Amino acid sequence: MSDPSTMHAADIAASVRDGATSARDVVEAVLARIARVDASVNAFTDVLPERALRKAETVDAARARGEALGPLAGVPFAVKNLIDIEGLPTRAGAKINRDLPPATRDGALVRRLEAAGAILVGGLNMGEYAYDFTGENVHDGPTRNPHDLGRMSGGSSGGSGGAIGAGLVPLALGSDTNGSIRVPSAFCGCFGLKPTYGRLTRAGSFPFVGSLDHLGPMARSVTDLALSYDAMQGPDPDDPAATTREPDLIIPGIDDGIGDLRIAVAGGYFARGGDPEAFAAVAAIASALGCEQRVEIPQAARARAAAYLITAAEGAALHLDRLRTRAADFDPAVRDRLIAGSMIPAPFVERAQRFRRWYRAAMLDLFREVDIILAPSTPCRAPKSGQTTFVLDGVTLPVRANIGVFTQPISFIGLPVVAVPMRLDEGLPLGVQIIAAPWRENLALRVARHLEKTGIVSAPHAIL
Amino acid sequence: MAEMPKTEPASGGFDTYIDAASAFLGLPLDPAWVAAVGANLTVLHAAAGLVAEFPLPDEAEPAPVFTA
Repeated sequence: MSDPSTMHAADIAASVRDGATSARDVVEAVLARIARVDASVNAFTDVLPERALRKAETVDAARARGEALGPLAGVPFAVKNLIDIEGLPTRAGAKINRDLPPATRDGALVRRLEAAGAILVGGLNMGEYAYDFTGENVHDGPTRNPHDLGRMSGGSSGGSGGAIGAGLVPLALGSDTNGSIRVPSAFCGCFGLKPTYGRLTRAGSFPFVGSLDHLGPMARSVTDLALSYDAMQGPDPDDPAATTREPDLIIPGIDDGIGDLRIAVAGGYFARGGDPEAFAAVAAIASALGCEQRVEIPQAARARAAAYLITAAEGAALHLDRLRTRAADFDPAVRDRLIAGSMIPAPFVERAQRFRRWYRAAMLDLFREVDIILAPSTPCRAPKSGQTTFVLDGVTLPVRANIGVFTQPISFIGLPVVAVPMRLDEGLPLGVQIIAAPWRENLALRVARHLEKTGIVSAPHAIL
Repeated sequence: MAEMPKTEPASGGFDTYIDAASAFLGLPLDPAWVAAVGANLTVLHAAAGLVAEFPLPDEAEPAPVFTA
C-alpha cells in the first residue's frame, strides 16, 4: 500500500478497517513524516506522540475484538491551537495564553472526531488570536507555504493549511471568522469547508468574534471534508450559537452531481481588485461547470466594511482586560488593531449589525434565483513571507488588510463555503469559493466533489 | 459606490480622541503606539461611514444569530 503518512483519510480508514494496515503503523508513519518535514514548514506547535499512539492502540484493539470501527478509524488529524487539547494551555497563537491553565477536556470537535475513530496528533500554528490572514506569528514563527517555502501559508489557520499542503496529516481543523480557513486553503492548495454559522459547535475553542466565528475542516479531498464534517455535526448546548437542526449527512448524496443546480459567478465587486489569475481560476471552474450566469452580490463592499467593524469591536471587547494588563505581550500588529477596535463607538457597531440583517435578506433573495455562487478565495497567489504590500489592479495596498477582501462579505452572514484549490499552471495554487445558501453545505460539497471527480480540481501535497 | 479606503492613511486626526478614549476605557497607551492606533482608527472610521450612509429602515433590528 501507499505511504500511509500522505494518504487521504477515507483510504486510511478503509485500510485500517480491512486490516491492511494498523492504526499504529499509520500514526508512526505520520509522526515520522512530521519529524522529518515540519522543521521546514513550521505547521505544528505541539506534537503528541504518546497520546496518538495510545489512541491508535485502542483502535487496533477494537478491531482485534471484532468491533465495528468508525468512519475515520485510524485517521490522524491535527487542530489549530485555539481548539482545546486536554493537558495543554489553549494558546490561540498568543504568548499571553501560554500562562493559562491546561485545558481539562478536549474541544467538542476533537471529541467527535475521536469518537469516529480519528487520532489527534497535535496542535497547529496560527496567527495571534486569529486576527490574521498571513499565517505569520511573532511568537512561534511563520508557517511557510509548503509549495514554496519562501511564501506565506495564509492565515489565520496557517498551520492547518501548511500541514495539509505538506502532507503531514490528511485532516486538520481550522477556524474562519473572516476567511481564515478559505485563505490558507487557497494559498496551500487544499480543500476547506467553512460551514453555515452555527452548524458546527465551537465549544472548547478560544473565541475571537462571537458573531462571526466558525470552525471547519481542511483536507486534500472533498470526501475527506465530508467524512469529517458528518462526524462533527450535531447540536451542542455548550455553544450558544450551535444549531438545533438535525445533522444533514453529506456522504450518502455526495456523488449526486450538479445536474439540477443553478450556478452563477459573482460579478461586480468579486470580479475586480485582484490579479487576473484569481478571476481566471473562477472562470476555469465556471467553464467546467457549464456556468454562464453572473449575479451581483449587493453591497459587498459595505458588507466587508461592516464585518471589519464588528470584528474589531468584538475582538477588542474580548481582549480588553489583556490589553490593559499585558499589552506589551501582544503581537504589535494585533495589539494596535484591537486598541483601535476598543474605541469604536457602540452606534457604529450596532449599525453594522443592523446592516447585516439587511444584507442577509438581500442574499437570501439572490439564492431564490441560484443555488451556488462562485467567487475567488483570494485576490492573488500567496505573497512572499514578510511582504507588507502588494499591487492589485495597479494599486499598491497593504497585504494584511486586503487578503480577505473576497472572503469577508461571505462569512459576514455565515454562508457555507467550500474552498477548492485551483491550479492554472505550474505556479502556486489559487482558490475558488463555492458558496451556497444557509444550511446547504450539501450543495457546495456536491459541486466540489463533481469538480474533483472530473479532474478540474485536486490537492496534491507538496514534495518535501 | 463609495468604497472603504484600502490604504491606511496617515494618522493624526484622531489623536485627541485616542487620548480621551484611552482615559475613558482605563486603557493606558504607550505613546509609541498612538500613530498605529490612529491609522487603524482612521480605517475603522471610514468603514463606519460607508456603513452609515446606507439607509436602513428602523425595523432592521440586528440578529446576531440567524436561525433560519
